[in-house]
Amino acid sequence: MIGEKPKGVRAHLTLAYPALMLGIFFIVPFGLMAAVSFFHRQPGGFYIPGFELTNYKNLYTVLFGRTLVFSLFVAGLSAAVCVSVGFPFTFFITRMKRRAQVVWLVFLMSVLSLSEVIVGFAWSLLLSRTAGLSNLFVWLGLMDRPVAWYPGFVALLFGICYLAFPYTVLVLYPPLSRLDPALPEAAQTLGASPIRTFFTVVVGSLRNAIVAAFVMVFVFTLGAYLLPQILGRPRHWTLSVLITDAAIYQTNMPLSAAMAIFFMFVSLALVALTMMIGKGKKLRTA
Amino acid sequence: MSKTVRNIFLGVVLFLLSGPLVVVSGVSLNAKKRLFFPPEGVSMRWYVELLTENSWLIPVKNSLTIAFTSSLLALSIALPLAYFLWRYRVFYARALFTLGISPFILPPVITALGFLSFWVTVGLYGQMLATMISHAIFFVTLPLVTISLGFESIDHEIVEAAETMGANSRMTFQTVIFPMVRPYMISGYAFAFVLSLNEYIVAYMVAGFTVETLPIKIFNSLRYGYTPVMASVTVVFVLLAALIFGLIGRFGDLPKLLGALNPEDH
Repeated sequence: MIGEKPKGVRAHLTLAYPALMLGIFFIVPFGLMAAVSFFHRQPGGFYIPGFELTNYKNLYTVLFGRTLVFSLFVAGLSAAVCVSVGFPFTFFITRMKRRAQVVWLVFLMSVLSLSEVIVGFAWSLLLSRTAGLSNLFVWLGLMDRPVAWYPGFVALLFGICYLAFPYTVLVLYPPLSRLDPALPEAAQTLGASPIRTFFTVVVGSLRNAIVAAFVMVFVFTLGAYLLPQILGRPRHWTLSVLITDAAIYQTNMPLSAAMAIFFMFVSLALVALTMMIGKGKKLRTA
Repeated sequence: MSKTVRNIFLGVVLFLLSGPLVVVSGVSLNAKKRLFFPPEGVSMRWYVELLTENSWLIPVKNSLTIAFTSSLLALSIALPLAYFLWRYRVFYARALFTLGISPFILPPVITALGFLSFWVTVGLYGQMLATMISHAIFFVTLPLVTISLGFESIDHEIVEAAETMGANSRMTFQTVIFPMVRPYMISGYAFAFVLSLNEYIVAYMVAGFTVETLPIKIFNSLRYGYTPVMASVTVVFVLLAALIFGLIGRFGDLPKLLGALNPEDH
């Protein structure tokens, strides 16, 4: 019955197919990429098996260092923006009637599913000189003439936040919707103002969830690849762009793989941090 | 919080979220090719071009084929894994589950590069099959999570009742378990389908130069200038996603799928 130990080959057959698929098409590619990062690159785009640390040593360049720092900075900044806007937003959503919740969630899911290229295109239109928001400001008399607001850092930040915001809400939705409604009510009965209740009781009791959401969104935005190319200038390109560029345009797979592995360890360290925070939370409530 | 502050806040977020979409829909209806908003004259010609020009039709067909098959494949991997995990709580099934959700946790470029090295080695680089399988693995997380939620929601007593009445495991699965999990399978499939349709970097790395999907096509046209067809594709994408998620919201339990514990309470 449910929860028992599987007996014999027959019971395990169910698991064989998913295990094979994930093994062949996920673990093998990863292992292959890790191996390639140690291979020797030959001029002309080919590489031969071997073991050398050259590719990792080649990471120590000003460009890689600057790009890594910039990627982390943009991801951190946009995650901070997303969580500080997304938290009160999600709180309001979870306090709505079920039907209204579903409408908002459908809208958010639709925005979430949008391709990065579409988000970039939409924002480039919104910030453009001929079709953009500045025309509205001119019409309202706030500005003298329409201007182009992209490419640039602020445009990039808006794009990334737009991409990550629905994701932020989805990460914050489970803990906020499970928050006992009696808690804020009790605080208000005891005389706290709604705003004070929100900051002390709601934010306070979900502090761990907020930190976890921040790290999740941080890792999510690290993956931004097209937006820096559409809304930013070349100096705003992120590590994802650099990795793809090395693999496709410089046909330097070993270097690209080394960058990806390095990038993965940075991301994994952050995910591990999330899990540690999650564990700490469980211990406290137990 | 006071109602006014709340409503202003929600209004600003709604404005920021829908702003880009409003401009894009306006531009897609422009009668002239010039990029301008508000539109100068209304016309559906860019939608017609999307559905008649081969340069757009082929990517549309590629994207739909890939999304359709890869989400089916993802579903076929997720269902037995989620079933096994629910039925027998053993550590290796847990480990496989973690493996199944990891493509979603890592930055996509890493997984994409892994796929690239794999398909180059195997010799299928540039084939549509490579994109299909890669997408299936990349999005297996979605059906895996939704179907696992479905299994969790099954009352163990119902299964036990079926077995006490003499049903063997195959019969129990077909007549009791499967119908209860089916709505979750459909949602998982829909999630994977929509996201596959919108995915760029994996499709680009694995077969970007030979199998052009819609996002790749849009980015290519963005690089070489501007055509209002891009705007009409965007509108079609948003409407399609809204339709699919709207159906899930109407016929399924969206709050629960997204992790609310007791949606009935609100």
